[in-house]
Amino acid sequence: MCIAIPGKVVSTDGTTAQVDFKGNMVDVNVGLVSPHPGQYVLVHAGCAIEVMEQDQADELIGLFAELEELS
Amino acid sequence: MEIKNVIEYLKAYDGPELKLMEVCGTHTASIFKNGIRSLISPKIKLISGPGCPVCVTPTAYIDKCVEYAMKENHVLLTFGDMMKVPGTKGSLSDQKGKGAKVQLMYSPFEAVEKAKQHPEITYGVAAVGFETTAPAYGLMLRQAKDLGIQNIRLITALKTVIPALSWICENQQDIDGFICPGHVSVIIGSKPYEALAKKYGKPFVVAGFEAEHILAVIYDLVRQIEKKEAKVKNLYPHAVHDQGNEKALAVLEEYFEPGPAMWRGLGVIEDSGLYLKDTCYDAESRGLDQDMELPEGCRCADVIVGKINPDQCPMFKTKCGPMNPFGPCMVSAEGACGIWYRNQ
Repeated sequence: MCIAIPGKVVSTDGTTAQVDFKGNMVDVNVGLVSPHPGQYVLVHAGCAIEVMEQDQADELIGLFAELEELS
Repeated sequence: MEIKNVIEYLKAYDGPELKLMEVCGTHTASIFKNGIRSLISPKIKLISGPGCPVCVTPTAYIDKCVEYAMKENHVLLTFGDMMKVPGTKGSLSDQKGKGAKVQLMYSPFEAVEKAKQHPEITYGVAAVGFETTAPAYGLMLRQAKDLGIQNIRLITALKTVIPALSWICENQQDIDGFICPGHVSVIIGSKPYEALAKKYGKPFVVAGFEAEHILAVIYDLVRQIEKKEAKVKNLYPHAVHDQGNEKALAVLEEYFEPGPAMWRGLGVIEDSGLYLKDTCYDAESRGLDQDMELPEGCRCADVIVGKINPDQCPMFKTKCGPMNPFGPCMVSAEGACGIWYRNQ
């Protein structure tokens, strides 16, 4: 249940950001972090919990894609 | 050190049997996905601890949610994991067919939009989770308050990991080291493990989710145990800072206070629950200090604390499977039994 997935911040508006998850645009609360467009955020339950660098985000995206295949 | 050297070392390990516990369902799944057990010596046992918040949620909480969903003009919002967890009168899924008003949510923030659109309905959010999830409930309430929305309540079963690890150290002294949960640690940081490492003389290492991360943590734990060290290390520095996410911790401090909480399999642990300070938004979440008896034969309680592996339960793959779950460890996507079932 504590799964968190990285997505790319497309735009921000106050405490809400539009985040790109492999082409799916989702509104995410960014009240716990202060990301800029272009950065990656780690998102859990609609809430960004940390800002990540792109290579670290790519690593996680790959892992969760593999985990999804198993479930 | 290269990963192949780490694997060689761990495969050749021939010292005393070691038990390393992880307390994160995503670690459990990643250990299977990557075949980690086949890469290390059989003398290094990887044990799944209480790492799934759904699995440790007592039956009485499900009953409370069912009762809430049956009330007139009330709707229960819940994550999907909770739907099939058995209560004494059936699961939320069962009760939905008998009049319970239950809606799935992907994020607690959905409650704000729904409450705004339907002021005649009170939305009860089944607030289950560890420190990773709890700040989202706090932020959701902040949004609701800012908008003057009053028809939202939280039915909390929020729990914190450090008191549970302390319980494990006190009651299950054969665990030699801990693989600390990655995303809980994003919120709380690595510092809170230091008091445990010092008090119990055991190493605690924060892990990421890739095979390399987990192997590196196992190697570090084994080396620390061999050297009789008990340090806290953070081997997931990409996402985890020593001090955690300070804004998230401030949200927890603003909206919640600790209190006793019932953990399935562990009993009541003092200060391991998070309860709303502002009781106006609370749906009588406190006082849930009793759990119902588990169904006969169900050994979820032993699986949760790592006393047995899922395949040692007599119900596993016989009477209990994902389509007919007997206990919560089989129901949740993050539950140890469900993960073992899907991967064995």
